[in-house]
Amino acid sequence: MSLEPELSNLDRLTPEQYRARYEALQAKARARAAAPAALAAAGALPCVWKTETIPPGKYIVQRLKRFDVIRIRNPEGTPGAALFLWNADDVSERYNAGDTVKLQWTTVLTTGRVLFSDMGRVLAAIIADTGAGHDSIVGPNGPAQAKGAPNGRDNLRLGAAKFGMTRRDVGPAISLFSKITTDADGRFHYAGPPPKGAMVELRAEQNLLIALSNTPHALSPVQESSGAIEIEIGRQAPAADDLCRHFTEEAVRGFENTDQEFAR
Amino acid sequence: MNIVSDMVVPARAPYSATLKKGQMMKIIDLESQQAVDALFYNAHDLSERYSVQDTLAAQATQGGKFYLETGSVLLSNEGNALVRIIADTCGFHDSCAGACSCESNSVRFGHETRFMHACRENFLTELSKYGLGKRDLVSNVNFFMNVPIRPNGELTVDDGVSKPGGYVELRAEMDVLVLISNCPQVNNPCNGFRPTPIRIIVSES
Repeated sequence: MSLEPELSNLDRLTPEQYRARYEALQAKARARAAAPAALAAAGALPCVWKTETIPPGKYIVQRLKRFDVIRIRNPEGTPGAALFLWNADDVSERYNAGDTVKLQWTTVLTTGRVLFSDMGRVLAAIIADTGAGHDSIVGPNGPAQAKGAPNGRDNLRLGAAKFGMTRRDVGPAISLFSKITTDADGRFHYAGPPPKGAMVELRAEQNLLIALSNTPHALSPVQESSGAIEIEIGRQAPAADDLCRHFTEEAVRGFENTDQEFAR
Repeated sequence: MNIVSDMVVPARAPYSATLKKGQMMKIIDLESQQAVDALFYNAHDLSERYSVQDTLAAQATQGGKFYLETGSVLLSNEGNALVRIIADTCGFHDSCAGACSCESNSVRFGHETRFMHACRENFLTELSKYGLGKRDLVSNVNFFMNVPIRPNGELTVDDGVSKPGGYVELRAEMDVLVLISNCPQVNNPCNGFRPTPIRIIVSES
């Protein structure tokens, strides 16, 4: 990686020079986002070592090793599945919703994109996705929306507790299978329940702890899960031409920050 | 109106204060286009803290926006009101993009920016005074920061629109610890590429 030591002097560049750098990055990010998303086909998952079904309203916790692959299926089109992730080797490093959308210049999380931790490293890569939409802005429901039904906030907290953590350790999360759009007036819209058979596949890029809850998105008009979530966990190291490792220059740097920790 | 404290926070510096329920905090963008990162905690149980997702979910189900404005109530991870925005000259404030950090700067702007000062350094400095640490850092509010989410899903940091002397005023809805980072970022337009001082006035009626 190339270092430009003069940049560590905060005031070295002029505002115009900083703006030019920013706009060049923005232009590249826009070109990437405009290219059609690669929706990888879901073949058989290699080296499957665990399968599990999460009933409506319930949750699981799971320890994953780097390069384990978890396939999450939604056969009945239930309106959301709440997900939170921690680095198993240092749980203070955890999923960071703000960085995930800001560093990739988009709220659209699908094949090719990655989930960032608070440490500028990649926790997991989205290696396949049927495109149902995954929201990390509003995220999973809580007691205020569920009104007594099982909810994502409480289930993720229970998941954290199973790893010895508390509510301090659960931050803004992801609601899988949840498509949210915004309009020109700055309002959110819930785009309706996901199609039956929606699927997303995540590859662990560090050793992870995850909590996954079969509970709806906060804005879903239906606040109870309507079907099981099925998971399969296998194992497959990325190929040299791995899509996620080359998808954007931000991802390249995020993987440089990640992979060097496992290089020894 | 009784002034409890009135101080200028230098460019790039942290600040924190505990507000009693009913007290008000006015944050003044002295020179314009200055992002002010903020976090809020229940002063009596610091594990109850600001939750952007609770806040936006409540706001969205009321037909609301993805940004914060006058009338927005900032909720905790228990769904309780921490503070309310009672006055504002800017019109919108971000809470989706989080705070800059050395580590995220290295990803977003290149490895050469890793050692530039960042908001999370400020937050960690202030948090340590209260016995808190990185586990307690969650997605924050970015006052005066312009972060549109476009209909195609694009999220960017655009030029700020706040004018010299622009302000936002908060009222504490419970006893609340407020952490501030006067954002040092120069790699995006959130500070007009030139971090500047802010003034913070705490008052009570």
